[in-house]
Parts: sequence; C-alpha cells; structure tokens
Amino acid sequence: MSAPLVDEKNKDLKELVKREYKEGFVTDIESDTFEPGLDEDVIRRISAKKEEPEFMLEYRLKAFRRWLKMPEPDWAHIDYPKIDFQAIAYFSAPKEMPQLDSLDQVDPKLLETYAKLGIPLEEQKMMNNVAVDAVFDSVSVRTTFRETLSKAGVIFMPISEALQECPELVKQYLGSVVPTQDNYYAALNAAVFSDGSFVYIPKGVRCPMELSTYFRINEMNTGQFERTLIIAEEGSYVSYLEGCTAPQRDENQLHAAVVELVAHKDAEIKYSTVQNWYPGDENGKGGIYNFVTKRGLCKGDNSKISWTQVETGSAITWKYPSCVLQGDNSVGEFYSVALTHNKQQADTGTKMIHMGKNTSSTIISKGISAGHGHNTYRGLVKILKGADNARNFSQCDSLLMGDRCGAHTFPYMEVQNPSANLEHEATTSKISEDQLFYLKQRGLGEEAAVSMIVNGFCKDVFRELPMEFAVEAQKLLEVSLEGAVG
Amino acid sequence: MLKVTNLHASVDGKEILKGITLEVKPGEVHAIMGPNGSGKSTLSNVIAGRDGYEVTAGSVEYLGKDLLELEAEERACEGIFLAFQYPVEIPGVSNMAMLKAAMNSIRKYHGQDEIKAGDFLKLIRQKADLVEMKHEFLKRAVNEGFSGGEKKRNEILQMAMLEPKLALLDETDSGLDIDALKIVSHGVNALRSPERSMVLVTHYQRLLDYIVPDYVHVLANGQIVKSGDKSLALELEAKGYSWIEGIDDNQTTAAQAS
Repeated sequence: MSAPLVDEKNKDLKELVKREYKEGFVTDIESDTFEPGLDEDVIRRISAKKEEPEFMLEYRLKAFRRWLKMPEPDWAHIDYPKIDFQAIAYFSAPKEMPQLDSLDQVDPKLLETYAKLGIPLEEQKMMNNVAVDAVFDSVSVRTTFRETLSKAGVIFMPISEALQECPELVKQYLGSVVPTQDNYYAALNAAVFSDGSFVYIPKGVRCPMELSTYFRINEMNTGQFERTLIIAEEGSYVSYLEGCTAPQRDENQLHAAVVELVAHKDAEIKYSTVQNWYPGDENGKGGIYNFVTKRGLCKGDNSKISWTQVETGSAITWKYPSCVLQGDNSVGEFYSVALTHNKQQADTGTKMIHMGKNTSSTIISKGISAGHGHNTYRGLVKILKGADNARNFSQCDSLLMGDRCGAHTFPYMEVQNPSANLEHEATTSKISEDQLFYLKQRGLGEEAAVSMIVNGFCKDVFRELPMEFAVEAQKLLEVSLEGAVG
Repeated sequence: MLKVTNLHASVDGKEILKGITLEVKPGEVHAIMGPNGSGKSTLSNVIAGRDGYEVTAGSVEYLGKDLLELEAEERACEGIFLAFQYPVEIPGVSNMAMLKAAMNSIRKYHGQDEIKAGDFLKLIRQKADLVEMKHEFLKRAVNEGFSGGEKKRNEILQMAMLEPKLALLDETDSGLDIDALKIVSHGVNALRSPERSMVLVTHYQRLLDYIVPDYVHVLANGQIVKSGDKSLALELEAKGYSWIEGIDDNQTTAAQAS
C-alpha cells in the first residue's frame, strides 16, 4: 500500500518558513580528530587508541573486510546523493580527555555544552532518578550515578571501558544479535565504532533508575558510530533512553549506530529514543544521515522488549528497531512517532520475528509528514513454523499536513504457522480545516491548535515514554512543527 | 453588543448573504429561522471567523470593534462562542485538556494568569453537572465516539466553561431527542444573563419552546425578510415559510423536503 497523497482542498495548510534548531550550536573545543578516510590502518588506529583487547581488533577487521564486499542498500524509500565514505573522519575526541570519575577534570566547555542542551552532568542538578552517559563525538565524557548503580550490581559504562573491565561479557554478547555481516551499515559500525553504552543488569535486579545516553556530534566531517549493548539477566528490568543532537552544518554527516539488546528469561527491557539530530534546513541542505540498526533478542521465556521512538530530526532516517521473539511467551513492542518536515525523509518501522510459542507483538506507528517531508512505514511480521499461537497487532497511522508531503506504508507479513493471528490497521488522515477552526473558535492560536491535534495523534506512543521524557517529546514535536502551517 | 450592517458574503464566488442587518443588544436572545440554504449557518460562520467566507460588503461591529479585522481565535478570546452544528472529533485530545488549554489561552489574551488545576477541576465538574454529563466524559477524547446528543451537550459544557459574551448556537437542536433537548435547553437557559447575548440559529420552532427568544428573524435567500417577537416563530410553525414574502417556491420545497 503506497499512497503518495495530495491534498488539494487543504491549501490553507500551507507549509511555511523554517524553524529554529536550537541545538545547532558548535562547541569550540580542541579535538584529536583522524584525517578523513577509511582503511585497515584507520581501524587499527581506532583500536589502538582505545587500547582494546586483541579480539576486538580482529572483530573489527573481519567486519571491515566483509563491508568492503557488501553493496550499499538501495531499497528504502529515500533519496540522497551517494555517500563518500573516504571523506568522513572515523574518530574524534576532545583533546583533554577527562578522568571519568571526576567531574572537576571535565573540560568546562563540555559541561557547558551539555548544560546548554539541558543535560547537566552534575549529579545534584540532574533529573531525579536518571543516570546519564554523555557521548561527545567518538567518546564518552561522563557517566553519572555510577556508584548508586554499582551498589545494585548494575554495570552502566562506556562500551570502550567495558572492553577493559569486563571484556568477556562484551565478547560473549557483541554481535550476537546483530552479526557483523547483518547489513551494510551494521558491518561499517562493527569496523569503526568508537563508543557507546554498555549495560548489564544482573539476575533478579530491577534497575533502580532510568538509564540514559546522550549523543552529541560536534566535529565537522566526522561520523558517529556508536554501539550500545544491553543485557538483562533472568528476571531483571531496565528502562533506557537515548537522546541525540548535532550542530547545524551545511554538510551532511553520517550517523550509523548499532544497538543490541538481550533479554533473558522473565527479563524486560524498555528502550526509548528521542532522536533530534539536525534535520537540515528548509531547502534540504545539511542534516544528519541516520542509518541505524537496532535489534532486541527475547532470548528467554516470558521476556519482553519494548522499543519506543520519537524521531523528529535527521535529514534521512533509516531505522527498524526489531524484536526476535525466541523464548516462549515472549513479547515484542514497537511504538513510533516519526515526523518529517521540510525536505526530511524517513523510512522507518520494525521487524517482529516470532520463533517461540505464544509469542506476541504490538506495532503502533504514527507518521507525520509536513512541508515536503516523506514518511515511510516499513514493517515485517514474520511467524516461523514453530511459533504456535503467535499474535500480532499492527496499527500504522499517517497524518499529513499540507499538499506537498507524502506518506507511504509497506507492511510485510510472512506466516509459516497456521495458528497465527495477525491484525493490521492503517489510516491516513490530515489535519482538517474543521478541526483547526474548532480549536481556534475555542480561543487557541493556530500553532497551539496544530500542536494539540498532532499530540493527540501521537498519544498512544507518548504514553509509553518514561514520564520525564514524554513532556520533552511533546515539546520537541511542537518545535519541529513550527511553521508547518500558515 | 453586535451590530451587523448590510453584510454580504460569498463562498467560492457564490453570494450567500445578500445584505443582512441585525443588532443584538446585551442580554438579548435572538432566533434566526429560515429554510435550508437560506444562509443561517453562513451567518454564524462569518461572525465566528471561519476561513473560506469572503465578505464582499457591509460591516460587523462587536463591542465597538471591527470584528472582521480579527482572527477567529481573537474573536473567541473577545468572547464570541460558536456552538457547532457538527462538532468535530479530535482523537487523542481529552475534553479536559482541550478546555483547559482554551481557557488559559483566553485568560492569557486578557493578561490573566493560568487557572489553577484544582479550580479548573472543580469548575468543570460543576459545569458538567449542569448539562448532566458524566464526569468520565471529561477524560474522553473531544467528541470521539460521542452520540449526537452527547456532542451537543459537550458544546454547551464548553460554552458554560468559557462564559462567552456572545453565543452563537448553530442548529443546536438538530439530532436531539426530546430529553436531550430539555437538558441542552436547561444548560443554555442557565447561562442567560443581562450581559450575555445569544443568537440561536434553528430550522424548527421546537427549540424556542424551551429557549424563549426576545426576537425572531426569518432569513431567506441571504436576507432577513421578517422580524418579530416570539409569536412569529409560532406563526411559522403553523403556516410554514411559504406565506412570507421573499421566500420563493424552491426554498419552500427544500424546507418541506428536509
């Protein structure tokens, strides 16, 4: 079902002007940045910089050699000039590397950057009950609340550090959900990833606070390739949130991350994303290319993985957070709001792979297109032979603003077990003049009215976000839609 | 309060209002009746400031201001309320959230602080009781899954909350059974005051049994062809529209068919 939608009637919903991207500033900080270019030598240098164990270098090189032989995927409903992978710098770090355990040694400019973004790294100023790992370009600059967490037995640290402190754990799980050869960008990430978060929740532990990673690209012409690995042992629970921003630049920058989640028996992982990379200007100049592979494995029986994403940034989004439901009775969920404005393009959705018996999955996708934005939902629900009594419910709703945007839906279903029960609902609607007039007649201004309608449209997804972030997400949506109607 | 002078308005180039003159003083209730297609709804939409209507001549003065210069939301903030004939659904937005945002937007317009959450809750519950609306409806999405009668009651609830100076009720009686009509009328009557004016747009006299107007106007073919007191409505009920000069046969047929 593809519906390039033109709405002649609602001409009054004119797409207008630009919005301010308030995270678009650059931090002037001395960096140690590699020359652009990618070969085995660069990979050896990254690995050496990080003083990695030998197995990591081998892992990277193996991935790189595979990547060289892989074709760049072109099946997504997105259009962009070919990326020159030799023009990208694959490592950048602030020169004065802080000691991770002391805030005094963190460059004040870095602290300022995060404060400007509303992410204070001083623990006493932090939001209650949220631990943050801040990743600046290629390295993690600060992880908060580590002591509190370690008391509970929770490991939350940069993955580069985990490779020093618990290399066996990393080795055991790295690439176990997203193998190096999985896809073009995952292979590239495996070869060059520089940092990211590592989370380990021991058996029976309910993580005492929300964990959060904040990603920031600062340096010009660098790519960010972060790697996140979360392991929830039997009966444990963790809620993790990531946020992302980047300076406003005329060049496109590449972000190719890999996230792997493993939920053992009776464990639950809730993973939320508020993605606000620089989206480019109203003419489509600049912006982040966001090619991300996220997958969770419900390894044990009764395990549950839930993805919630609010995607408002990036020039291009290519992202399909997925669940492999291996354990019996395991549950996968995907809640998504994707907004494209101006010339933004998003091709996003999920894959739910049902392997175990009585597995169930829920997909709620809300796509909002404004300006010349194109929004595509692409989803796969696959029921394998052994997955008796699998259930899926999918709902894909698109909201259109103006007459120059597009919404597209590509739901795929592969069912190999006759006991499966699948439901799919899809709607496409637009903000009607009637709704707008109704709210204006009650005293609301145009933008407040639009934002209220859009927030209502996204409600099913917002209520899945941790409370502190649901408010943020609503505000973000409001800012992203500024000038979407005239 | 409201002074409409020789108002002409068109939709898509077609003239619908052809010179309306009407004055509504504070505290007065005016009923505008007329056959279908006579321009009744157009009049209320033009006053409320809906897009798509072009005023080609005449003026509308409201509390001494040129109303036509104001945006729809400004007119709302200035105290004009339109109870819609077909209230729209706004999925995912609760009745309460919408009303609170509306109230605060109006308060902000007048330089007032936002209403306190506790005060708001108290007020909305009290007003919900006025229109016999169950409190659980307040948490439901605006008009979503509401029956015709519930939607109309919801309009009156909103009116009671926003306390307008001038209320336009567009076919508020349409689609109501007799019980719902009584509830709605009770709500409207409770809001009558010497400072608040109302314009009821209706096709039938029935509503006027419950909300007794001070004046009745008959609108036909874009013009007010007859004005009188409430007895005019009764006369219309008895004789139909055809006896009034200025109403042609086509309109009469349309009125009878509907």
